[in-house]
Amino acid sequence: MTDSPQAAAEALDAHAREIVRWHFSPDTGTPRWIDWARDAGWDPLEEVKGFADLLRFPNFDGEILRDEPHERWIPRAYQDRPFRIFETGGTTGMPKQRISWEDYKIDYEQFSETLDDEAFPRGGYWLMIGPTGPRRLRLAIEHLANHRGSSCYFVDLDPRWVKKLIREGQGPQAKAYMEHVIDQAVQILDKREISVLFTTPRLLEALSERLSIADAGVKGVFCGGTTMDPQTTRFLVEEVLEGRVGFVPTYGNTLMGLAAHKPLTPEDKFSITYYAPQPRAVLRVVDPEDSTKLVDYDAFGRVELTTLTQEFFLPRFLERDEGVRRRPCDLYPWDGVGEVRPFGASEQKIVEGVY
Amino acid sequence: MSTVNVPILRFGREYESLDVNEVAGYADGAVLARVGQANAGLIRRDLKRVGEHARALRELPIVRLIEICREAGELFLNGTLPLNDAGDEQSPGDYVAALSATSGLPHTLCRANARKIHTVLTGMPGILFGLMRGMAPQVLDSGMGSSGGLPVCYANAADALGVVLPSNSPGVNSIWMPSLALKTPVVLKPGREEPWTPLRILRAFLAAGLPPEAVAYYPTDHEGAATILEVCGRSQLFGDENTTRPYANDPRVEIHGPGRSKVLLGADEADDWEEHLDVLVASVADNGGRSCINASSIFVPAHADEIADALARRLSEIVPRAPDDEGAKLAAFANPKMAAFIEASIENGVAGGGAEEVTSRYRDGERAVEAFGGNYLLPTVVRCASVEHPLANTEFLFPFTSVVEVPQDEMLARIGPTLVASAITRDEAFREALVASPLIDRLNLGAVATSHVEWDQPHEGNLFEALYKRRAIQRALDW
Repeated sequence: MTDSPQAAAEALDAHAREIVRWHFSPDTGTPRWIDWARDAGWDPLEEVKGFADLLRFPNFDGEILRDEPHERWIPRAYQDRPFRIFETGGTTGMPKQRISWEDYKIDYEQFSETLDDEAFPRGGYWLMIGPTGPRRLRLAIEHLANHRGSSCYFVDLDPRWVKKLIREGQGPQAKAYMEHVIDQAVQILDKREISVLFTTPRLLEALSERLSIADAGVKGVFCGGTTMDPQTTRFLVEEVLEGRVGFVPTYGNTLMGLAAHKPLTPEDKFSITYYAPQPRAVLRVVDPEDSTKLVDYDAFGRVELTTLTQEFFLPRFLERDEGVRRRPCDLYPWDGVGEVRPFGASEQKIVEGVY
Repeated sequence: MSTVNVPILRFGREYESLDVNEVAGYADGAVLARVGQANAGLIRRDLKRVGEHARALRELPIVRLIEICREAGELFLNGTLPLNDAGDEQSPGDYVAALSATSGLPHTLCRANARKIHTVLTGMPGILFGLMRGMAPQVLDSGMGSSGGLPVCYANAADALGVVLPSNSPGVNSIWMPSLALKTPVVLKPGREEPWTPLRILRAFLAAGLPPEAVAYYPTDHEGAATILEVCGRSQLFGDENTTRPYANDPRVEIHGPGRSKVLLGADEADDWEEHLDVLVASVADNGGRSCINASSIFVPAHADEIADALARRLSEIVPRAPDDEGAKLAAFANPKMAAFIEASIENGVAGGGAEEVTSRYRDGERAVEAFGGNYLLPTVVRCASVEHPLANTEFLFPFTSVVEVPQDEMLARIGPTLVASAITRDEAFREALVASPLIDRLNLGAVATSHVEWDQPHEGNLFEALYKRRAIQRALDW
């Protein structure tokens, strides 16, 4: 890990140069990007000298991940190697898909270095309660567990089905499905010795209503997938986990990998800040009206993701999230994103009428 | 006035949330309260232990609870009470000033509502007498006793009463207060713009000696409100039809929606309508016209034009005054969008034909006015040609009524669900028909304003019957 913002920025520039060369060069490049450069009017191969030059790319249109043939995304260097196909979270209709070889392993091995061995002991058993299926997360968590000498049980939750039930007003069905998921998790916690959990805030809450997670022997919990405002985080840490279980919030997706959080201190008042796994991915908090501009520190803006790996180049993709731009910290000397929540959440919170 | 932090009360534990809603004065935008918000999971977690909390309350004999209510009433009206653990306190004057600044109610109406709450708390024996139909309340101490010479046995139907409160008028708090005397803890979600009154009532109860485990105060969002309604065995839900519709068929939830209260003038009194004008004015305009018990329609068999005109003339005398003016009768809209929405609804209704806005004859200018830093709607009388007109049976949050000519023998078929009906008639046959009607919750016979409340006569459900199940009981001799 680089230890100063200056060094981190230089490392990022060098990495951005290298990855753009990789994807745009005829020897190693990706058909999609080589073709793109032909019509772009500029030559990324020659002209990208550092991360700032990536601002010359428009915001990546995620829609093309729904229908562009996978072959178009295979870097020449990866030809003839079978790939995995990962899909994004809970969207309905044709999902966005990304192909991958080793990225998820590299990302999660790096993430493993951020974990405290006491809360996430090496060896033993893990339990993931959440979306498995075609998602990268399921394989990534199992790899993370294996990488730390552990093995992982899985209880699946299909978020697409839950969203459909809620959209159709079938609240009782959605609730019954949640109970079905929690029943399975309780059974495993009851019969097996689990030291680490990976789940969503809602499922963690629901689980804690059935048993004491700390008393069940769990030492550490990863939690991600939905918004965790400071009050929710505090509630999870102090009450759901009874202040006795390590808590690691995570922010990630199929396109990025996994962002780590800055360990919470009392001054943070339970406000979580995530730091992208630079230089392999970069999160910027940008002005929603002009995504080339960063917002000021401590201000809300839209989250923009750039992924820079040999397998996948994704410039300036606007996530469906907003967050606060946070300053670099000792552990991660680059900008962070705080208080992540769905984009537009603030506007929905205006007036609720008389009642 | 300075900003105070309003905490969450968790059955005896005060909790300062990291999620805060600011409540500001409507006139100057100054933030008066930072109200901590409870997340739904926190509420659900607390309510798992509500049985234990109920036991702490039920250990107190009913006579002691009645005494606590009486003392709480005095403290509520006259005491200086804590707002939070940090030492912020609230005098009666502070309460009125804060409530007025955030809700739009003038000080006079804030004080009138406070007196109403005081009356209910100090008059709890009479209220229990009404709710329990004369049965000695000591029955609740053991669950058994006798009434009218018969053995009776009552079991608790719920360990907590959930209450999702509105912001429109502090007086509505009177409806849940007997729950504590009835040995059932309360779980309150205050209205977004009115955190003050329910908190002050709870503080008064606690200062009077109520076990802190008996009360919860959760300012929260829709999800938190839904959690309260889902988990509490019995609840009261205040809100418009969109809010209450999902619970319309849930027998555990008592719905307090729009009242659509009415004055019905009998044919026998129609020619003497002028004698009843004061009752009509009070029915429409008491409490700033903000209650569900304010008349939103007046059905008359004859003279509708004259009645509408005379009522309009009288109501047009009510104009905005400074919030602390002793003569103030009209409330400002704390939320200007609500005033704009109502104004547009009335304008659209009149523009559609079949209705005449009578008050405009006596009004200088527009209905919607800005005065003393607030948005006001001036009292409005609409003469509707038929009951089917969209404005004929619509309730708005200010002094508004329709006047409709309906033959007496058609009135009952046309009134629809009516929270309060004041029937100004001596016609026995008409009275009998009204008494038999399931559409009316509270029936006032004679020249009584719809807004007049006798507290031993509960409306919209009987809290005692909601909180207790009567059980058949038989006892063997010598057992």
